[in-house]
Amino acid sequence: MDNLLSITTFIPAIAALILALFLRGDDSSAQRNAKYATLFATLATFLTSLFILTGFDVNDTGFQFVEEGEWLLGLKYKMGVDGISILFVLLTTFIMPLVILASWSVTTRVKEYMIAFLVLETLMLGVFMALDLVLFYLFFEAGLIPMFLIIGIWGGKERIYASFKFFLYTLLGSVLMLIAIIGMYIDAGTTDIEQLLKHSFNFDSFDLLGIQIIGGIQTLLWLAFFASFAVKLPMWPVHTWLPDAHVQAPTAGSVVLASILLKMGGYGFLRFSLPMFPIGSEVMAPVVLWMSAIAIVYTSLVALVQEDIKKLIAYSSVAHMGFVTIGIFAFNQQGIDGAIFQMLSHGFISGALFLCVGVIYDRIHTRAIDAYGGIVNRMPAYALIFMIFSLANVGLPGTSGFIGEFLTLIAVFQVNTWVAVVATTGVIFSAAYALWLYRRIVFGGLMKESLKTISDLSPRERLIFAPLILATITFGVYPAPILDIIGPSVEALVINRENAVSQAMIFNRFVAN
Amino acid sequence: MFWADITVIFPEIVLSVFAMITLIGWVYSKGDKQASILVWFAAVLLLGIAALIGFFGGETRIAFDGLFVDDAFSRFAKIMILASAAIILIISENYMSRHDLLRFEYPILVVLAVVGMMIMVSAGDLMTLYMGLELQSLSLYVVAALARDSVRSTEAGLKYFVLGALSSGLLLYGASLVYGYAGTTQFAGIIEAIDQSNSSLGFLFGLIFVISGLAFKVSAVPFHMWTPDVYEGSPTPITAFFATAPKVAAIGLLARVLHDAFGAVVSDWQQVIALLSVLSMFLGAIAAIGQTDIKRLMAYSSIAHMGYALMALAAGTEFGVQALLIYMVIYIIMSIGAFAFILAVERDGQPVTEIAALKLLSKRDPLKALAMLILLFSLAGIPPMLGFFCKFYVLKAAYEANLIWLAILGVIASVIGAYYYMRIVYFMYFGEDMDNELNTNGTPILTGVLLVSAVAMIVGVINLFGLEGAASVAATLLVN
Repeated sequence: MDNLLSITTFIPAIAALILALFLRGDDSSAQRNAKYATLFATLATFLTSLFILTGFDVNDTGFQFVEEGEWLLGLKYKMGVDGISILFVLLTTFIMPLVILASWSVTTRVKEYMIAFLVLETLMLGVFMALDLVLFYLFFEAGLIPMFLIIGIWGGKERIYASFKFFLYTLLGSVLMLIAIIGMYIDAGTTDIEQLLKHSFNFDSFDLLGIQIIGGIQTLLWLAFFASFAVKLPMWPVHTWLPDAHVQAPTAGSVVLASILLKMGGYGFLRFSLPMFPIGSEVMAPVVLWMSAIAIVYTSLVALVQEDIKKLIAYSSVAHMGFVTIGIFAFNQQGIDGAIFQMLSHGFISGALFLCVGVIYDRIHTRAIDAYGGIVNRMPAYALIFMIFSLANVGLPGTSGFIGEFLTLIAVFQVNTWVAVVATTGVIFSAAYALWLYRRIVFGGLMKESLKTISDLSPRERLIFAPLILATITFGVYPAPILDIIGPSVEALVINRENAVSQAMIFNRFVAN
Repeated sequence: MFWADITVIFPEIVLSVFAMITLIGWVYSKGDKQASILVWFAAVLLLGIAALIGFFGGETRIAFDGLFVDDAFSRFAKIMILASAAIILIISENYMSRHDLLRFEYPILVVLAVVGMMIMVSAGDLMTLYMGLELQSLSLYVVAALARDSVRSTEAGLKYFVLGALSSGLLLYGASLVYGYAGTTQFAGIIEAIDQSNSSLGFLFGLIFVISGLAFKVSAVPFHMWTPDVYEGSPTPITAFFATAPKVAAIGLLARVLHDAFGAVVSDWQQVIALLSVLSMFLGAIAAIGQTDIKRLMAYSSIAHMGYALMALAAGTEFGVQALLIYMVIYIIMSIGAFAFILAVERDGQPVTEIAALKLLSKRDPLKALAMLILLFSLAGIPPMLGFFCKFYVLKAAYEANLIWLAILGVIASVIGAYYYMRIVYFMYFGEDMDNELNTNGTPILTGVLLVSAVAMIVGVINLFGLEGAASVAATLLVN
């Protein structure tokens, strides 16, 4: 099939359109139809995305399944996947059916809810497949609209503040990228990502307002992209929107946010910042490494004092994204492999943790840690699942969390030992907050009156967690399938970057003197 | 020779004759009773003329020794003006008659204003420019005060008149200075007489005054003071009219004057236009935040949008003009859609314009709320709506002209501006209780216009239906 990628991307959108046009009424049968239709659409998307995986040639480091068409303003509609993006596509299609299953208890405005998630899935898939800069920007930004509505309509008490903050914060980060995109378009004469990857942007240093810009245009473009991806990822100190958004979003919204939307930032670094602005990345790498190290320690400490379960997990997300940026900006094979692995594994683990919170929130309707305690007595299965993911979050060997952290720490140790030392202390803190959280919620006596009748996981909930546990353990024990797919593309990326930097060194143009 | 000239201004003549005949006819016979027929008749005529201009394009024709120019640029602008005026007439008919505002003068004045606008965008001489501008303005002053019994409407008309007269004075003064230094009032003569090497301070003064006078009509900051009051005070269909056709005419005229007459001194006016653009974008974005009336909000929104249009103009390039034209087309479609929505909102038969009244509209009227949501995000310039692409064109034009600072300020203003559009979404979607008295049914025509413009915001992203090509031809003719 020639346009497998487009089909995969637009199945959810078409399903959303059908729901919008043909589903009438808001009674329980209409709601059930909406849920089943959405589940079916997301499963269909997952199946078609498996076709992409089976047809994918691991040893080809270029783009595959490429589709190309004319679009307005000399732009192109171009889609394609390579070793870096394909697993993000699969992560998205894999998480979405689980998210829909987890939303089975939603009863308010179900049709709109399902439409918002379906549209969001199309836009997220588009981000990972777009091979045109403007098309990428289009999907990247458009995702804000459904997420804004999801937080704003189905969120918690402070949802209005959280949704506006989420939207405006990320929009402000992204508009500078838009200017940079226009600049690249004018400089290179194309927005085709495949051609831009071969284009070399000027890196002659120059003075701007009395400040010498080492790396010239490349550094400026890099900074503009960084502004967007750093907010999206999010990196310290521009992470403040995330705890608010996570806490207020409905469970499914939190899962999508943590599992997929955050990964767009990391994907952006790998797709644009590193290969297109190698000199800019080289110049700015120490800054990013230290920012990440600070992020890991700082946000872990902040997580320790949280009273709200979701907020705690949100801060732990920021800390884990710190490992991602450390790995990416270590610039070596282990680092980037580890960063991608960490993003995928964080997709399973943090998604599952938010689902765990959702399970007890559905029953007790509070997220305060103090409200819980001793639920192992009533919910043994839940306690087991929560333990698996808590330990995976800490990075226990045997879970996928370990592989990502280990690879990125090894990578950064070769580049900057001090950053590695600081970041590794963060691992200890993460064990502290995760285990403490677990103890306070699950162990102890069953004192609280409201918890005495709490019921254990339903079959539907077990069904949601099963694939996530499977993925976390399987890839923790045997990570080769993932590393084999991303390996060749990452290797090509690393080699291209090294060539570009060493050539710049030979011309001695970018070293400031 | 004379007859050849007449054929060039044939569309304008038809409309003028129509206005005069119907004026006399209705004064002597029918009064206000048959006014709706006249509205429909005028709308159909306007659309017919638009089709005529669209199909019988041909090459550039100059009439009356250069006073009047009929080229691709003016035709592009005229079609926009005619079509938007016709649509506004059609969607206003029901509203005006229900609120007892449907005087037979209304369609006639609109037609006369349209004639003025057509002359504006076809002007080849400072005299024609002034003539067209005044014909347009005088008609609009009266239309603004159409609700004679309403204090606010009368105030709007008076305010508009006083400030408009002031701006006309500025414009005339500038034109006389330009005439004094260039020795001619014809654009073709001015561009030959004055270029970068011999532009003097006095000529620059004249240029600035002309720009100031026109900036009034575009409602660019700091000449925007009249806009919110006039928008709020006028009957809503009139507000919709103000937000569309006159804006096209004024910005088209500005583009023509700057390129045809002052095209040799781009660097002299570029910074001025850039400054107007920055001020408009930021004031439009910031002042709209506190508004509680949707018409006032649309006024500030139009100020901000004119800021982006001026950014395209500030580029001073062919691509800049192309971006400007595309921006205007998309802006007009969005505005008409938004006003079709505003016109439909009422309580107990009375029009409602507070934003807070829209509480939880998404539950009561999901289709309209969704259409409005699309339009609002499009107005805010958020992808994937078409409104993003018109901003993209403009930003690209500014970047290419090395106005990178302007582009950066523009996107920052757009983030601020996004807030107040989202505030309307917040009212429509996030609230808790709803306003049970509110009625948003409107007429089928209003619903149709709203839905068409919302769908256009999505479909336009896939294909612009030849808009780019037409705009590019128009821009090439104007700049070279």
